[in-house]
Amino acid sequence: MSPGILGKKIGMTQIFRPDGQVIPVTLLKAGPCVVVQRKTPATDGYDAVQLGLLEYIKPSRINKPMTGHLKRAGVDGVRYLRELRLRPGDDDLKAGDRVLVSEFKPSDKVDVIGISKGRGFAGLVKRHHFRGGPATHGSMFHRAPGSIGASSFPSRVFPGMRMAGRMGTQRVTVRNLEVVQVDEEGNLMMVKGAVPGPNGGYVIVRRAKRATR
Amino acid sequence: MSNPLIEKATEKYLRKDLPDFRPGDTIRVHVKIKEGDKERLQAFEGVVIARNNRGISETVTVRKISFGHGVERIFPLHAPVIDHIDVVRTGRARRAKLYYLRGLRGKAARLKERTAKQPAAETPAGQ
Repeated sequence: MSPGILGKKIGMTQIFRPDGQVIPVTLLKAGPCVVVQRKTPATDGYDAVQLGLLEYIKPSRINKPMTGHLKRAGVDGVRYLRELRLRPGDDDLKAGDRVLVSEFKPSDKVDVIGISKGRGFAGLVKRHHFRGGPATHGSMFHRAPGSIGASSFPSRVFPGMRMAGRMGTQRVTVRNLEVVQVDEEGNLMMVKGAVPGPNGGYVIVRRAKRATR
Repeated sequence: MSNPLIEKATEKYLRKDLPDFRPGDTIRVHVKIKEGDKERLQAFEGVVIARNNRGISETVTVRKISFGHGVERIFPLHAPVIDHIDVVRTGRARRAKLYYLRGLRGKAARLKERTAKQPAAETPAGQ
């Protein structure tokens, strides 16, 4: 059992359960992946595997140090390289081992990690779910932040005050998504619910760290 | 346009047993209803005023006048709760969405029967 797999978000759709329930699903292209490096407590101080997503990449896009690093695992090129911690009970994977989507079964729980879509410079209502003011009846307070602190004391704004600013393009983890369907031939996986990032964005699919009880 | 991979992945959930119909047609939709452990069919008959979306998410809006009140139901076409659909009557419509019927009642809300001469290309032939 590998601790996870790397993939790419394809898009969302819906399917019907046999009982007629509609469920929203995200289609992911998961793998094939290869173990590029095995990190052990002896050499690195912790247990982990470095996975690479096997997808065509121009050789000129890979720099020389990376080419050498990949060569040890016997791989030509990987599009996306990420590390996953190994937990007790996980298989001992060696460099060069393949990780395929067939390791996952329907009704498994996974965490999906991706980079969220950028929202640009976003205001408080969007960024921090402030309520905003009334739109009409002479209101002159619409989407403004309101008070950001007291006056002569402390004469400054406390750090961490929620304000407008850049939103999105952050690493986001969605926990405990259910695997609905696995297509081994097409390396496809369907998970229930939404996944961070745009269609075509790369994601890490990890076995759920904290299973729901 | 939907991604071809998504279309392929949802293909096995699509229903191929439904008849062809277009906006303007009158259809009868038989819906499975669970009552306790028994299952029965309920029919809803009315005019198709819209078909929305494509692929697995396709829906059909059916409008009828029930005891003097307009009632509309939106059915997900590929849902397993739909037992079957009968086409009761064809109707000639010159647009894809017949929302104007909501403002009309009685004689004004009638649609002419579609004859064989009517070119099929006038509205998207669905399915």
